[in-house]
Amino acid sequence: MTTPVRDDAAVASSSRPGVAGGDGVGRPVTSRRRRGGGARGSHASSSRGVAPAAPPLSLGAGLGLGLAVLWLSLLVLLPLAAVIATAAAGGWDGVVRVLTQPQTAAAIRLTLEQAALVTVINAVMGTAIAWVLVRDRFPGRRVLDVVIDVPFALPTVVAGLVLLALYGPQSPLGVDIANTKVAVTFALAFVTLPFVVRTVQPVLETLDRSAEDAARSLGASGWTVFRRIVLPALAPAIAAGAALSFARGVAEYGSLVLISGNLAMRTEVASVRMLGYIEGGDMAAAAVVATFLLAISLAVTLALGLFNRVGGRRG
Amino acid sequence: MARRGPVVLRAVVIAYLVLLVAWPVSLVFTGAFANGLAPVLDTFRDPLVLNALRLTAIAAGWAVVLNTVFGVGVALLLVRRTFPGRRLLAALVDLPLAVSPVVVGLAIALVYGARSGWLGVPLANVGLDIIYSTPGIVLATTFIALPLVIREIIPVLEEVGTEQEQAARSLGAGPWTTFRRITLPAIRWGLVYGVVLCLARAVGEFGAVKVVSGNLIGRTQTATLTVEELYMNFDREGAFAVAATLASVSIIAIAIVGLLRARTERRTS
Repeated sequence: MTTPVRDDAAVASSSRPGVAGGDGVGRPVTSRRRRGGGARGSHASSSRGVAPAAPPLSLGAGLGLGLAVLWLSLLVLLPLAAVIATAAAGGWDGVVRVLTQPQTAAAIRLTLEQAALVTVINAVMGTAIAWVLVRDRFPGRRVLDVVIDVPFALPTVVAGLVLLALYGPQSPLGVDIANTKVAVTFALAFVTLPFVVRTVQPVLETLDRSAEDAARSLGASGWTVFRRIVLPALAPAIAAGAALSFARGVAEYGSLVLISGNLAMRTEVASVRMLGYIEGGDMAAAAVVATFLLAISLAVTLALGLFNRVGGRRG
Repeated sequence: MARRGPVVLRAVVIAYLVLLVAWPVSLVFTGAFANGLAPVLDTFRDPLVLNALRLTAIAAGWAVVLNTVFGVGVALLLVRRTFPGRRLLAALVDLPLAVSPVVVGLAIALVYGARSGWLGVPLANVGLDIIYSTPGIVLATTFIALPLVIREIIPVLEEVGTEQEQAARSLGAGPWTTFRRITLPAIRWGLVYGVVLCLARAVGEFGAVKVVSGNLIGRTQTATLTVEELYMNFDREGAFAVAATLASVSIIAIAIVGLLRARTERRTS
């Protein structure tokens, strides 16, 4: 949409990994704004196209920047560096020893496996939900739109508790999945629900319908139109949402604590294992698992940036 | 214009959302009142619960203030200025969103721990305890909600452009006056939106706080930690009552954000 004119002022934001998609919390803030974006394009180009380049730093702004960087370092960078340094202090052997310890390896395997499973579920269901929200018309559609936001805003431990209320020992449905792998799947599906929906929804809204109409007039069925025309256009957004949902799934802790039972070798995920190390005072082992999780987050962020670039070309 | 989607798809989507989100979330409210109003009132008379709610409010309040000041400042720098490392700063600011809450807690404990932390030891020597105390909880909560205000303001700042600011400056307004009279009114809805998101996230934080707080009941236990503790101690109504309080905060936050979004969409279309 406004890509051609967003030259200088937009550099800062377009370089940020999550911007076209969602964020880790993760509310796909900017993508929401895109919904109204079409109407704004012409206005934006007239005002922004002539805007002069941003000025360099004045003394006051330089001081502000210094303070901001200092605060960011004390709060974020130094602590994260400490995690990596602590993990590295034990050497390569230490890293391998922690990651191959059977209980830890099982926790990591379960985490990756469940995050991958939930990502697939989200890619399918998220796309379906976005489709229904954008293309379908029925009373109560707006309510569904609000329901999608609930997992973002609800405290994670409350998310675990509410799932336990419906699918736990006192379930009104008579199903009890507490302390099983299915519970992990449910909890992760709950907290990652919005990612694919909120990345796909704005793309679907701005999608040009003429190609679909043309295909349909040439006799293509609804499914063929979706598979051959809509799906390729949505693919980058689905991939971006799926990547966010995978990263969140790998990192999840709060929603799993009550419902998964944290049984060693069976339902214990990496975050819970890490907390076990911390509570046992083994900060070095916790740091190794933490660094491993950080590396996965980083890989996913990079992959996401790549998808975004592809998506930008397409869009 | 809109073609009617297949009814089956609609039914599947509705069933999925009801079973996964709507129904479970509604149970937190009915669960709280399962045995009437009395146990709920007892829960909120419990000084430990009240302490936890107060601590959550303090931590969330600090997180909002710190992140708003930092967020507005950094957003202005990123959008309105050029300097070396700008793209790097923009990427680093987003970092907290990609980090697991438990890793956040561990990271802060490693640096600010009183026994062996890089900064924790010197701070402890001057009598300032961070970990297992309120400052640690504030740091963890601020960390996890760091980018939320910035991410809301940056698009708005880009949108409004610099014409009005330049006009004000050319008419002799100082930087502070320009900010207060021109920039701040222009970004106010984005700011409110960001603050609400930041607040909701801060109130709900669990994993990071669990690591840095030590979960000392009555002292460093926040509301989310209380939910876990009550549930583990088989006080189901109590857990649900506190959970329902937290859920209300998040649902009110969603409502505010929804209203603001409807407002901006009406204005732009």
